[in-house]
Amino acid sequence: MTHNHTLGAAGEDLAATFLQQRGYTILDRNWRCSVGELDLVACTADRIVAVEVKTRQTGVCGHPFEAITPAKVARLYRLVRLWCEAAEAHGPVQVDAIAVSAPPDAPAVIEHLQAIG
Amino acid sequence: MSRVGRTRSIALVGMSGAVVEVEADIGSQLPAFHLIGLPDAALGEARERVRSACANSGLALPARKLTVNLSPAALPKHGSGFDLAIALTALAACGEVNVDSVAAAVHLGELGLDGRVRPTPGVLPAVLAAAAAGCARVYVPTANVAEASLVSGIEVVPVASLREAAQRHGATLEDEPDPGDDAGAVEGAGARPEVAASIPRENGPEVGDLADIVGNMAAVDALILAAAGGHHLLLLGPPGAGRVCSHPGCRGSFPTCVRHRPLMWRVSARSPASRWPGASHIVRRLKHRTTRRAPSHWWGAGVA
Repeated sequence: MTHNHTLGAAGEDLAATFLQQRGYTILDRNWRCSVGELDLVACTADRIVAVEVKTRQTGVCGHPFEAITPAKVARLYRLVRLWCEAAEAHGPVQVDAIAVSAPPDAPAVIEHLQAIG
Repeated sequence: MSRVGRTRSIALVGMSGAVVEVEADIGSQLPAFHLIGLPDAALGEARERVRSACANSGLALPARKLTVNLSPAALPKHGSGFDLAIALTALAACGEVNVDSVAAAVHLGELGLDGRVRPTPGVLPAVLAAAAAGCARVYVPTANVAEASLVSGIEVVPVASLREAAQRHGATLEDEPDPGDDAGAVEGAGARPEVAASIPRENGPEVGDLADIVGNMAAVDALILAAAGGHHLLLLGPPGAGRVCSHPGCRGSFPTCVRHRPLMWRVSARSPASRWPGASHIVRRLKHRTTRRAPSHWWGAGVA
């Protein structure tokens, strides 16, 4: 794995823990299909939530959220519906974004945006 | 985060100004910057200027959806003079500056990417409109302060940078890390040459006398008639005919005016024309709606 893959996986671990502490149940991780990949799939009491996790060590490339474009959000909505189809799950869907800012010499900061797009 | 920032700026409508309320809201969505309320192309680009100016002034806007509304939304807004108001209202919405302080003032000025406040055309009619609307304080670019100070009944605060404006509104910022060439401008001293440059026709050699004009009797007669009767005047002719040379002589021949007359003179003769350097020789206030664009063509194409 490259450095970025390792960093991304570490960020997803942090995000999964963060969501579990807030009452989400993690259903799937790194689910792939021909359209793309979902970092995390979770559920709350009433809906299925796909979570896009962006992890950055520095702010050189901008804020992690800035990397999530409208096209990416549209793809995430397609993906979560495909996941529901594959998992035979039903119910309203939602896409969340989590930014993990993890500088090497300081504790990670997690920001969570719900129902983006 | 859920606060709405507000301030005011002025939209120029022909020769006069209209007060525009600028409001900003920061929502819990992915980073975006929406500017609504009929901005033109130059004003639409304020989004990029404001984001960069804030970041380079140590006042980064949050990575969230920022919506800025210019009200009344149906009034078309032109130009870059709203930049300062947009930046400060956004900073007020995210809690970087005092919301009440920003809301109480009118802001005019274009922002550079490094956060400097650049002069903007039409400051005089804008400040006149602010004063007429009962506004107590107006922030203007340092380079426009001489023009803005012609208006009485309103406090004019010159600002050289967004950083300085934010500090005046209660932002807690460390001292400028890099003095660079901005240091003088921030203190106000370095901008003196610009002040002079912004009103070059106030007291230079161009304010002459009709007696200085040799020949050109038809133009001189027309100038005298126009000056005496307060009429509009169009000087039309090929390059070299003496239009530029004869008009300044006319200004020097005007009698001393009462207070509001020279102000109206300046509003008509300089501010709208200052959008187009070198085209500030309109003789009287242009009243017809179709003459708004005339100054840019006044001398070259002869559009009336």
